[in-house]
Amino acid sequence: MSDYVLMLVATALVNNVILIKFLGLCPLMGVSTKMDGALGMGLATTFVLTLAAAASWMLENWLLVPLELEYLRILSFILVIATVVQFTEMLIRKMSPSLYQVLGIYLPLITTNCAVLGVALLNVQEGYRFIESLLFGFGSAVGFTLVLVLFAGLRERLAVLQVPELYQGTPIAFIVAGLLSVAFMGFAGLA
Amino acid sequence: MLVSILPLAGLGTLLGFLLGVASRVLYVERSNVAREIEELLPGTQCGQCGSPSCGAAAEAAAAGELPPAFCPPGGRAVAEAVAGKLGLPLDLASLVDEQPRLAEINEDICIGCTRCYKVCPTDAIAGAAKQMHVVFADACTACGKCEEVCPTGCIRLVPVTETLQSWAWNQPSL
Repeated sequence: MSDYVLMLVATALVNNVILIKFLGLCPLMGVSTKMDGALGMGLATTFVLTLAAAASWMLENWLLVPLELEYLRILSFILVIATVVQFTEMLIRKMSPSLYQVLGIYLPLITTNCAVLGVALLNVQEGYRFIESLLFGFGSAVGFTLVLVLFAGLRERLAVLQVPELYQGTPIAFIVAGLLSVAFMGFAGLA
Repeated sequence: MLVSILPLAGLGTLLGFLLGVASRVLYVERSNVAREIEELLPGTQCGQCGSPSCGAAAEAAAAGELPPAFCPPGGRAVAEAVAGKLGLPLDLASLVDEQPRLAEINEDICIGCTRCYKVCPTDAIAGAAKQMHVVFADACTACGKCEEVCPTGCIRLVPVTETLQSWAWNQPSL
């Protein structure tokens, strides 16, 4: 049990998917200007990432490895991820129209989030078992959401600050992202 | 080769089938009125009415949140059709547009900045950087987005000129 907790902490904080592995940088810059959007994107990605990690594990171990089709891994993983994203979109539309309204365009964009494919591929690389893959996916997604929300909070503060003209807009956001990454490296001490 | 094609094709078919089933099971009922109104709209998702898409605008109009004359590119014809569908009175005085118009680029002032063709919802403008842009009359819906972004003011919406293809007899006056 403590192994699993340790794994969650390790994936969410120590090996954070955005700030340490540098996956999913596009949503970090793209959807972090408002707190609401960042939180919605984070939650939708959490759902998709966890499901995709489980689905890709099943695909890898039940189809690709027995048939020796490992070279089709990326192609078939993308197929599965796109399906999961589509399914998520339908599910949210049915279950909660209000959440569907809030997420709107962010939902389909998760298909192209490299963190989702990256986590699925890392699961294979590390040779995780099913539960571990699921936890790895969930932990990464929690880390993703955490960083997105933190960064959105920082950017909301940045928007009202007097930034030198040279650094206004995206440059200062990149600098802040770098500082945040440095801060997250401190979590390496936990491991 | 077959051993790689077959599993992938099978996987695609299976996932497609699952999504198809899911879309039936998770089908969201839309009111018939909204769907019928959406069919009346231009469908270019230009966003001039304030809604993000024609579908969202149709739902808002069906719910009574938008007046029948909400669609600027649709002009009078669409406003009348929507008002007829909803059984609402139509305030014709608020409509200034009476005839179809087209965007026209004044080639003497066009600097080839490409801004207009990037915003065009129907891809009705052709051009490249620092090249003259041109409007395809068949695709233009006169939504006016290009007019807004043009830095030199070289785009105007002009009434459609009659050609041999578009000319028709006037309606007989009673």
